[in-house]
Amino acid sequence: MLRITGGKVHDPANGLDGVVKDVCIAEGRIVPQIEGGRTIDASGLLVFPGGVDVHSHVAGAALNFARGLTPENYRRAISFLHTPEHRAGLGGITPTTFATGYLYAGMGWTTVNEAAVPLLSARHTHEELHDTPIVDKSCLVLMANNEIVLDLIEQGEVERARHVVAWLIWAAKAYGVKAVNPGGIVNWKFGRNANSLTEPVDGYTRTTPATIISTLAGIVDELRLPHPLHIHCNNLGIPGNASATLETMRILDGHRAHLAHLQFHAYGGDDWLTMRSEAATIAEYVNTHTNLTTDAGAVLFGDAVTITADGPWQHLLHELTGRKWGNLDVENETGCGIVPYVYKERNLVNAVQWAVGLELLLLVSDPWRIFLTTDHPNGACFWRYPEIIHLLMSADYRRECLAKLPPKALKRIVLADLDREYTLSEIAIITSAGPARALGLSQKGHLGAGADADVTLYQENPGGGVMFAYPRYVIKSGEVVVEEGEIRTVSEGREFIVQPSFDESIEDYLRPLFQKAYTMSFDNYPVAMERLARPDIQPCK
Amino acid sequence: MITLTLKEPPSVPLEAEVLSPDVMAPLANDAIRALPVYLGKRQRRVDDFFTVEGAASDELEIRGDVGRVKWIGRGMTRGRITLVGNAGMHLGAYMKGGTIEVSGNASDWLGAEMSGGLIKIGGNAGGQVGAAYRGSLAGMTSGTIVIEGTAGLEVGMRMKRGIIAVGGLVRDFAGLQMKGGTIVMRSGAELRTGAWMVRGTIVSLTPIPLLPTFTYTSTYNPTFLRLYAKHLETLGFAIPFEDGDGAYLRFTGDAAVPGKGEILVWKAAHQS
Repeated sequence: MLRITGGKVHDPANGLDGVVKDVCIAEGRIVPQIEGGRTIDASGLLVFPGGVDVHSHVAGAALNFARGLTPENYRRAISFLHTPEHRAGLGGITPTTFATGYLYAGMGWTTVNEAAVPLLSARHTHEELHDTPIVDKSCLVLMANNEIVLDLIEQGEVERARHVVAWLIWAAKAYGVKAVNPGGIVNWKFGRNANSLTEPVDGYTRTTPATIISTLAGIVDELRLPHPLHIHCNNLGIPGNASATLETMRILDGHRAHLAHLQFHAYGGDDWLTMRSEAATIAEYVNTHTNLTTDAGAVLFGDAVTITADGPWQHLLHELTGRKWGNLDVENETGCGIVPYVYKERNLVNAVQWAVGLELLLLVSDPWRIFLTTDHPNGACFWRYPEIIHLLMSADYRRECLAKLPPKALKRIVLADLDREYTLSEIAIITSAGPARALGLSQKGHLGAGADADVTLYQENPGGGVMFAYPRYVIKSGEVVVEEGEIRTVSEGREFIVQPSFDESIEDYLRPLFQKAYTMSFDNYPVAMERLARPDIQPCK
Repeated sequence: MITLTLKEPPSVPLEAEVLSPDVMAPLANDAIRALPVYLGKRQRRVDDFFTVEGAASDELEIRGDVGRVKWIGRGMTRGRITLVGNAGMHLGAYMKGGTIEVSGNASDWLGAEMSGGLIKIGGNAGGQVGAAYRGSLAGMTSGTIVIEGTAGLEVGMRMKRGIIAVGGLVRDFAGLQMKGGTIVMRSGAELRTGAWMVRGTIVSLTPIPLLPTFTYTSTYNPTFLRLYAKHLETLGFAIPFEDGDGAYLRFTGDAAVPGKGEILVWKAAHQS
């Protein structure tokens, strides 16, 4: 039992904005009142619900490939030495599994959603998530280039496609559906990308990126998954892609959807020389369409490693930068590309990207529908979130940073005109309450009775966002895991999964397709329940 | 001067980046004795392996065969390390300034990714001298390495600036993926010299086998080489540059990348 007393509580889901109030914890949950137990004196501290990351890449074959491809990053990384309390590991741009858990918890984040898992490597992903301590986890399975699903869309068999999608989610032990560059990765296997949403995908006559998006969004709604379709739009990173993003959002009319890393999809212009921010147009659309949520995918200057299932884009990036390139083909399902990248302040394109992420966060007026992410490790590492919080909370600091950009960039962006400054409660929304609600995790992101006791205590600092880098205490499921800035106890988090209903006989349909098209046998394909250390099935309602 | 004498060679490699003037200069001998070194995964003390004598100084002398002691002078910025005997791997890696002198042989990754300072080796060196570590974009970015004896594979791999001078024969892939800087080889090299080089200069005083992707352009005595020759002469490494003595055949490549590097091969006046 634990009582946190004297702190200013920021719990926007329950309407508390800096109210001094006791927070009581018993058996891993928030309770109205306790008798006895330990008391933490939180006077002078801010009490936040633990952070929730709605879109991050922390485990799986692609990330592991990136780790192997960039040994140079680890030589500059902070290291965690083996102690009786915790395992050895390395931080850096793509931290090792154990270090990922320590770094998230050390920053006060307690729930992480791994946003892209090919079913074929889902087993590997769950093994790595098992080795990612402290935080609670979930993962999304890639579906928009799965040839079995696309074949059914082509044949107009939406009903059967729904059973297949539900079966695939359960087979991957996933929490939701991710669509990456719909149709584009199928085309990539023919050496092309899918730049138009209405052109048929290679190998199909009727199936287009648009039909894939609308069918999958419909299926996810029908299956009543707690998290809506999580979509990475077509034409990521390409100047002028805002039009495709708007078209995608129009296709999603009438469906729930989450648009991932919107920063990478909000560019105007015709080429790299004329690229400009279209954040205002995109934000305007998001503001007026409440069926959509999004995350920023903000960019910070410095080193990054781009990892995405978007293979054709990665090849383009490799050709642009001359940096090393890794490409994976995931048979019948998806692909993956890896390119290390450095975002430079003096580079016009990078300067625009940096501004677009912040502009979206400032222009989308409802903080409940835009969340703080960097599409880790694509835009920046997750452990740099406090830098973004600082930028959001201080218009003066933004102006200081703007002064360092190339003068040309200022004509391509609107950031200089934005005076909005985030309040502490708004920060609590975009880092915790909002993403928890978008993920459909009612026990996360707030401090009301019955919620999971994930609480982060920051030292109040009038300097703005800096304090978010070093929480004084982090409490996960009622256990004090970080105290005075040090990791004290290491627990294993849970893994959230869903079990949508499907007709069992769908396996009779899938089995022969597998025998024909996969190198893996059908019976070895699904991830067995016992592979998950602490599964927690969330209801589909 | 601080003198460290090896008691007996360690059974497995010892990692000892504390053997550096930056760490030791401000310390009393007792504090030096207590510094941590790593024998495999076990942490030990300096005095488990070395006797420590002398007075506080930024000059360091290490006696005994430390061929199994890695990372000596890692990242040092000042002072001098003299090794009486052989040196282990990664000697002077990441160093920024100061001098390291070795009377015996040095091992692989000598001066890897260094950005300043001077390393002189009396004997032979291993491979990857002044190179980039695996995955890194650039090797040494400044400084000088002089080796009297032979050197191993991938000398100056991905180096960007600075000079490496080797007296003896250099093995394969000298100047691999070189991006700048200069490698001087008095006794030539084995195969594939300058493979994938983009910029930079490789000077050989003996004829060497060249890749087919290098093209002959001219014969001359470059002005910059006179300056380099005078600098190297102060370090006891003479190279010819007078017009009367001969001239350099200039080959450019590697066209496979394609690159604008050059290999200069000395041709004495009396040679036909």
